[in-house]
Amino acid sequence: MRYAILLACLLAAACNTHQSALAPFGVEAGETRTLTLVMALAALGLAAITFALYFRAVRAPEGSLSHKGGMKLVLWMGAIVPTVLLAGLLLYALPAMRPMDSAPGDLEIRVEGEQFWWRVIYNPQDTQGRLVDANEIRIPTGRTVVFTLAAHDVVHSFWIPGLAGKMDMIPGRENRLVVKATKPGRYRGVCAELCGLAHALMAFEVVAMEPVAFDSWLAEQRTGTAAPPKDSRGARLFAREGCGACHAIRGTEHTGQIGPDLTRYAHRRSLGAGTLEPTLTNTAAFIRAPQDLKPGARMPTYTDLSREEALAIARYLKGRE
Amino acid sequence: MSLHDQDDPALRCAQEERLRAVWAAPKGIFLKWTDCNNDAVGAWYVLTGFVFMLFAGVLGLLMRAQLAVPENDLIGPATFNQLFTLHGSMMMFLFAVPMFEAVSIILLPQLLGARDLPFPRLSAFGYWSFLLGGVFVGGSILFNAAPDGGWFMYPPLTTRTDLSGIGADIWMLGLSFIEVSSIAAAVELIVGVLKCRPPGMRLNLMPLYAWYILVVAVMILFAFPPLIAGDVLFEMERLLNWPFFDATRGGDPLLWQHLFWIFGHPEVYIVFLPSIALFAMLVPTFARRHLLGYPWIVLAAVGTAFLSFGLWVHHMFTTGLPKISLGFFSAASEAVTIPTAVQIFVFIATLWAGRVNWSTPLLYATGSLGVFVIGGLTGVMVAVAPFDWQAHDTYFVVAHLHYVLIGGTLLPLFAGLYYYWPLITGKKLSDRLGRLAFWILFAGVNLCFFPMHLSGLMGMPRRVFTYPEELGLGDLNMASTAGAFLFAAGVAVICLDMCLSPRRPLANRNPWNAGTLEWLAHPQDEHWGIRSIPLIESRYPIWDQPDFMRKVDEGRYFLPDAEEGRRETIVTSVIDARPLAVIRLGTPAWVPMLTAFALGSVFILTTYHLYGLALIGSVLTLACVVWWLWTGTAEIPEKPFKPIGHGLELPLYISGRSAPGWWAMFITMMADATAFSGLVFGYYFFWTRHETFPPMALADGPGWFWPMVALLAGGVSWLLTLAARSANSRGATGAMALLLTGAMLAALGSGAAGLAGPWLSGLNPEAHSYPAIVWTLTLWTVAHAGLAVIMQAYVLARGLAGRMTARHDADIRNVTLFMHFFVLSVVVTYATIGLFPEVS
Repeated sequence: MRYAILLACLLAAACNTHQSALAPFGVEAGETRTLTLVMALAALGLAAITFALYFRAVRAPEGSLSHKGGMKLVLWMGAIVPTVLLAGLLLYALPAMRPMDSAPGDLEIRVEGEQFWWRVIYNPQDTQGRLVDANEIRIPTGRTVVFTLAAHDVVHSFWIPGLAGKMDMIPGRENRLVVKATKPGRYRGVCAELCGLAHALMAFEVVAMEPVAFDSWLAEQRTGTAAPPKDSRGARLFAREGCGACHAIRGTEHTGQIGPDLTRYAHRRSLGAGTLEPTLTNTAAFIRAPQDLKPGARMPTYTDLSREEALAIARYLKGRE
Repeated sequence: MSLHDQDDPALRCAQEERLRAVWAAPKGIFLKWTDCNNDAVGAWYVLTGFVFMLFAGVLGLLMRAQLAVPENDLIGPATFNQLFTLHGSMMMFLFAVPMFEAVSIILLPQLLGARDLPFPRLSAFGYWSFLLGGVFVGGSILFNAAPDGGWFMYPPLTTRTDLSGIGADIWMLGLSFIEVSSIAAAVELIVGVLKCRPPGMRLNLMPLYAWYILVVAVMILFAFPPLIAGDVLFEMERLLNWPFFDATRGGDPLLWQHLFWIFGHPEVYIVFLPSIALFAMLVPTFARRHLLGYPWIVLAAVGTAFLSFGLWVHHMFTTGLPKISLGFFSAASEAVTIPTAVQIFVFIATLWAGRVNWSTPLLYATGSLGVFVIGGLTGVMVAVAPFDWQAHDTYFVVAHLHYVLIGGTLLPLFAGLYYYWPLITGKKLSDRLGRLAFWILFAGVNLCFFPMHLSGLMGMPRRVFTYPEELGLGDLNMASTAGAFLFAAGVAVICLDMCLSPRRPLANRNPWNAGTLEWLAHPQDEHWGIRSIPLIESRYPIWDQPDFMRKVDEGRYFLPDAEEGRRETIVTSVIDARPLAVIRLGTPAWVPMLTAFALGSVFILTTYHLYGLALIGSVLTLACVVWWLWTGTAEIPEKPFKPIGHGLELPLYISGRSAPGWWAMFITMMADATAFSGLVFGYYFFWTRHETFPPMALADGPGWFWPMVALLAGGVSWLLTLAARSANSRGATGAMALLLTGAMLAALGSGAAGLAGPWLSGLNPEAHSYPAIVWTLTLWTVAHAGLAVIMQAYVLARGLAGRMTARHDADIRNVTLFMHFFVLSVVVTYATIGLFPEVS
């Protein structure tokens, strides 16, 4: 009872709906939440029964249980009841272990974990429809989506609690995770396997969109309407500092693959893979000294840039020029 | 000596004087550290483990301080990663496992009515290794050099020297050193349980604690070696750039995860079962009746041990394994609930049937069962793969494992502390402070860890040094932090209680009116362990055998004297505890400590890449070991037989299968063979991971010729050693010397031919995982050939020096046993690297 009250208070006090296994927006996460609630209630019940028996045992006068009776108790409560309950649990839960079905035409998104950000590639097999982005994943609701998960440097783990369980990204291997979102909205995913210094600062945004909206968004990105950057001061500085050696911006000569693709930076809702608000000041500060804002970030510092120059690059990236 | 003799008080007094003199602890500031009696070594061991626990606990508190509020900047990620890595590693390797061994070193001889364990110096060696390794690993955080890859150290984060510093080496080498001491203690405890029981204590009369020790020590024997194999591969990659876990060169990070969890899951039961063992001692005492269902609980313990080796994959549910194996390992993980439930309900049934005497130790036992049951039930949840995909690597798992470990290890140890404190110190701890501490601890553990179930499901991964405010996890984390500090306050009350103990009056002997042998201990601590070694007829002799305590005290049972001025105990047969021999035990000496420090220097110097000095350390270690064995083992007694009372005469020398030394060698070699099989697993694991293995470019590998030569030479060395043993037993010293010389040459030849295979074919171990694993298997087996040569030379020297004769042949028998294992590893290694590429 104490726990039930505690549970209720805590649930009411603190709830997020965008990064929680208890607030699902996907088929698998929804099923898992049901499984969680069923198991948690059963566990509470079993704990209560065990404790009740224990207190009965302690208070019982001597000899109120014969040797034979005691062995019966052990046999039933220790062996038979758990066996039956566990067999039932397995029968109930095993079907959920089957991966969701996917068909050849389903949208494929390849996500690669990097220290400490996410490379996102839509339609990786299709040279026409291939689209590279970073730190934000958009998926259509109501359709099956196949994630291909990989890593190059260290082990990461891809976890969108509201959508599905997590799946590791292991160098040398490719894992698949099939999902189906049900509720449009903006959600959040994180890295769940310790991957180094900035492991805690490696998140991404998930945008579940109505299928029609998603299709037009993807088409818009493919046709390259992401406006080619102007010949501005920020653009020149970006080129002069060699930012393009690591970062790509579609439609320019910058095609670096080491760091996150910055084409859609203006549209992102976070900076440094979920670390900060992508305001102009934050962006400029991050360019000059990434490790101050995100300890462990692999990007080198550019303290020789003046604040003003960094701001110009930030303006360029944010499309404000 | 007959019963009649013991009626004479003057005789008894003289016997006591002699025993007291023989078992007296060495005195002096320095000399007292040479002690190896189990009561002294056990007490140091327990105290050291307790201090490490407090240290690791403070690290935990620092973490909770950082996580108290979102986006806190009290502790940065570099320190935070060291904090959680060291907290977990120390609690597991420097507290939970050694603490069980430490408690057992104190209790086991008492429980078995033995004067001491069979190898007291080995216990001392284990302790000094533990102390040195523990200070080395734990102290690293003071120099900002602690490991920071999490306590399971997943590569490539930890193996890439550009991503992780010296901390990873400190973890691998420092803890490998401690694993050696853990295995040493396991050997000691297994042989103690099997060979040093009092006459009449058949296996089915053994106190349950001894059963659990046996089960747990055997688990250590099979669980730690795969980790040692993993450590070997890991350090080969870090120090020599051999790519076992580097996917770009044919390695696979998952190999480490398998090896780690083949160790890691049994580890959970290794630290949990000893607590059940403590319950099995104290529940009957406070229920004032025999434990109900003795065979059930023994079977449950053995069953848990077996199952625990088949569950490791449930730590890897999110690595993308085939679904069929997920189903299998989910089911196996659920199955382990059943023996656990049997054990818990045995206690409930015993309390129900008995007349409960409500006491502080029982309060702790009750509370810990409560906490453990919650942890067990969440364990059932995470064993279901779909749920685990959400809960894995989140605070839900942090909550689960702390409920299990606090309920299954820490609180039971506090129960044991309150129960056994009078046995060690002669004084009871305070009931008032004890209960106060219990309620603080109980509130603290639930306030700290219950909210974590929720914070985990609400999206908080483990091992994060910060979390965004927008997730709304601030309140849950604040509650956890408050709970952690409350828990620490409870531990502080217990420490206070212990500190006040010296001022309290002495308690009665056997203050809880228990029925088992350990309570024969005198409040005024006598170092001899037990006055005379009793004949056991029941499981609760103090309750069941009339006048038992008086008869033991008056020396009316066996071995009541130490007339030759030697430390002695009785060796009995494994199953039915027939008395077989009296063995002389090791006395205080510097050599165990020196050996531990020499061996430690090898590990520590290697950490700092000081290979030359490490080599000197290895030579010193070898010298210490040889000196130790030469002066302290297989001594030829001054007379063949000795009377032990009641007209029984027992031999003073024993060799072969009934001797403790033979068992120690056998058990050590089982551990060695298990580590070796971990490496062989590595070879075949790589085979399953590659389309063509060996890779085409390296298809020739070491070829079949040299491996076959090595195999044959190894076999010849084995046969010649067997022949030398039979020559020795015929008394043909000359023939033995010749045969042993031949055996040494053959072993040398086997080693040289083994190296020739990969060397002549130019296999470069840095190029790919295939040459790396071939070299590793070869080096392992060649190193064993080197050991074989050293052992054969040792035996030869013993024979020539007259320290080994036809009748006193323990040395050559034990070396023959080593050679059986050696020839096995020779066959497996050379068949694998020489023949397998031909057929695969």
